[in-house]
Amino acid sequence: MNAGLVFDALLVAILLWLAAASLASRNLFRGVVLFISFGLVLAMAWGRLDAPDVALAEAGIGAGLAGALLLTALGRLRRPAAGSDEAPSAAEPTGAAARRGRPS
Amino acid sequence: MKRRMRLRRNASRLLHLGLVLLLVGAGIALCLLIASLPRGAGLAPAVAAAVPASGVESELTAVLLSFRGYDTLLEMTVLTAALAGVWSLGPAPRLRVSLPGAVLLGMNRTLLPVVILISGYLLWAGGARAGGAFQAGAVLAAAGVLLLLAGATVPDRLRGPPVRAVVIIGLAAYLAVALGVMRDGRRFLEYPATGAGVLMLAIEAACALSIAAILAGMLAGGRPGES
Repeated sequence: MNAGLVFDALLVAILLWLAAASLASRNLFRGVVLFISFGLVLAMAWGRLDAPDVALAEAGIGAGLAGALLLTALGRLRRPAAGSDEAPSAAEPTGAAARRGRPS
Repeated sequence: MKRRMRLRRNASRLLHLGLVLLLVGAGIALCLLIASLPRGAGLAPAVAAAVPASGVESELTAVLLSFRGYDTLLEMTVLTAALAGVWSLGPAPRLRVSLPGAVLLGMNRTLLPVVILISGYLLWAGGARAGGAFQAGAVLAAAGVLLLLAGATVPDRLRGPPVRAVVIIGLAAYLAVALGVMRDGRRFLEYPATGAGVLMLAIEAACALSIAAILAGMLAGGRPGES
């Protein structure tokens, strides 16, 4: 069997798994991290399809910037009074998301 | 009471199962449909034949900036309008309330000059191989994101008009070129036969700056420097 075909099949399987895991994740932080990984693997898939331009854009915008946007939004969700200098609320400090949203 | 809950749980489980089946079915149908499409060369030969006349070597840049330049112009408009929407939400909240760590600051100091260099390379490389305004802008925006995460804000003297100028310069340069070429009796966005490459590079450079400012501005999440 062709090594390239095996790699492609693996890529598709990982993509589907990452997409499903990212959507089904109950922990929002975990979901965002899985989404970023999904973007990076998708960039690899675009590379395999001989589309380096799309791969660059996907890695930069799809994984990098969208991931940063989602993480910031997540951080703001945990801080009710956005823009104020108050410390983040300790109402729901569950999971890694709360730790991430709170600058250390 | 218990019975009703169990009924409801069963109903929601049935709904989930139905939705999953529907999605899987739609996915398989879509795959079969795509596989049954006729496989041709598409527009590739037509593009390859027209690229020498466009003024750039890269087929992708020729399509984006020349053949379908109107779409890219609209895309820049959408991005600019999107940031206007974000700005209308209110002043940018503080991303960081405490001092950034030494690791982040040290990394920024080393990485930022390299990021700017890479962005410039991508912009230049767009004329011949993979790269272009959007990739260069995204990389430059990443530099802005790193700065924002380190707690940087727009300095007082750059607030207002200078920031707005950087955001709008891509769209403005694009429109200026698109309208400017009409002076000699050409149509909207119809580049002259000579110097089209330079015009496209100028548009791309301005757009890369604007894209970087817009994407980083979206992360900031509001108007700069009013909070």
